[in-house]
Amino acid sequence: MSELPDVPALLEARGLVKRFGNVQALSDASFTVYRGEVVALIGDNGAGKSTLVKVLSGVIRPDGGEIVINGDSVHLSSPTDARKYGIETVYQDLALAPDLDAAANLYLGRELYLIPALKVLNRGEMRRRAVTAFGALGIQLPDVSASVGTLSGGQRQSIAVARAVAFASKVIFMDEPTAALGVVQRKRVLDTIRRVRDQGVSVVLISHNMPEVLAVADRIEVLRLGRRVARYTASETSIEELVGAMTGALDSTAGNGA
Amino acid sequence: MNARRLAARLITANEAWTLLALIILMAFFTIKAPGKFLTLTDLGFIATNSATLLVLAVGQTFVILTAGIDLSVGLVLVLSGVVAGEYYQHNGGATAGLGTVWIGVLIGLATGAGWGAMQGFLVAKAKVPPLIATLGGLGAAEGLSYLITGGADLRAVPAKLESSVGFGALGGVRWMIILGFAIALVFGLILAYTQFGRYTYAIGSNPEAARRAGINVDRHLMKVYALQGLLAGAAGVMSLGYFETTGIASHSTDNLTVITAVVLGGASLFGGRGSMLGTVIGLFIPAMLATGLVIIAVNQFWQYVLVGAVLVAAVYLDQVRRQLRSRA
Repeated sequence: MSELPDVPALLEARGLVKRFGNVQALSDASFTVYRGEVVALIGDNGAGKSTLVKVLSGVIRPDGGEIVINGDSVHLSSPTDARKYGIETVYQDLALAPDLDAAANLYLGRELYLIPALKVLNRGEMRRRAVTAFGALGIQLPDVSASVGTLSGGQRQSIAVARAVAFASKVIFMDEPTAALGVVQRKRVLDTIRRVRDQGVSVVLISHNMPEVLAVADRIEVLRLGRRVARYTASETSIEELVGAMTGALDSTAGNGA
Repeated sequence: MNARRLAARLITANEAWTLLALIILMAFFTIKAPGKFLTLTDLGFIATNSATLLVLAVGQTFVILTAGIDLSVGLVLVLSGVVAGEYYQHNGGATAGLGTVWIGVLIGLATGAGWGAMQGFLVAKAKVPPLIATLGGLGAAEGLSYLITGGADLRAVPAKLESSVGFGALGGVRWMIILGFAIALVFGLILAYTQFGRYTYAIGSNPEAARRAGINVDRHLMKVYALQGLLAGAAGVMSLGYFETTGIASHSTDNLTVITAVVLGGASLFGGRGSMLGTVIGLFIPAMLATGLVIIAVNQFWQYVLVGAVLVAAVYLDQVRRQLRSRA
């Protein structure tokens, strides 16, 4: 059982529905993010986590339901829309352009201009600010002008995270941000998540790694068969309880319900 | 690890290789035939003859950077020249005034841009693979060119167009050369320093990443194909002024020449990688080779054999580079 914060939600999904042909990915799915928290979104494969994240970051449009930001109902018809509301996403496949360098990737779609009327890029300024942004997260790149395709998986991950952190004002979605990482890099990403939270930006962590979820999340919401089935306070739950909620073994006793 | 990174870096510096190849070629011919190769006349001749191909290659560089291809360029050049030529034929022919000449130029440019935009729509919106969309465009442009002219090349080219674009010069340099290199320079700068160029690289590198970054990928692709069409239109007008005929049958292999130049210049057919400087160097390697072989009295048809071998090698190196990267 957990007590929900007694404040209005920052971002709320209410009764989202999404079908792909015969597959019901989301059926009446709800999800809540409060200000300045790390909330983990967990669920078994096919529970609808990725679909929910895509809907909330504007990549796909729901068939039904409502998205509420700061109390206002909004329509997110593109990732650009979501970004306008301060929502950034770190995708599982990172979505970087391998032939561009780190600074170009950081600013992709949000370039800084030397001569705005002619859309002439300010490459120096973007590079300088990129180095600062990476530095703030403790990311050391051997060569900022190297195309990111030549960097290691961990370094690419860092760039994707840094891009979200640099521009998010409200919420960052991170889909399995540590899946491809070694122990040291994993710890660094988790530290980054805490640091971002402490700056007042909420982080939604999608992860299969239960110890990691319990270590970094403040709250946990469980999705099963396209629906929220339980919510927990991280400090008051256990791996067994979470797994039970994910698989449905604890149906009658789970959390405080949806 | 470091050795491998160094090796990867060397292989990735495609432009450096191309430039090196060009320098070795020039040195070789200069030593073999001292005082004969690369006289100013030679250079002027090579550059003038390559001017329209250079303009086509500039557009092809953008297209290939998006991981696309445009096979239609030579015949879009022809169609633009034919439409402009048809206008001249009915508006004074060889004696047409300057105003008429300019209108004809604009008609040629608009024809090319329109044709390119249509192919861009097919690629970006209708999702027809670029190879097929532009192959269809090539055939249709050729057919229309013959239909409009009734099968015979138009020759009523205004004298004012010939004496300016065709044979005119500024400070001793032919307008053909000035136009070709000015277009390469301007679009080279656009490619390297503006948002348009950056989005072109990004879309070729990872279209999904570009889309998620908020870039309108379809619209940008249409612009790139329209630009290639516009430049083919410009080349069509230049060609009309220089050759004084629409030359319908003489441009069927322009596409291969131009694609070869872009690839020799270090661009990847998988997109995201290449440069305008590389394309310019890549275009002049076959031209130098042809001139050089003639001068040292080797059958110049060896040019095609050599260029073919180098082209295949360039694409092979690109494959190796991609494999090195995916293992990193």
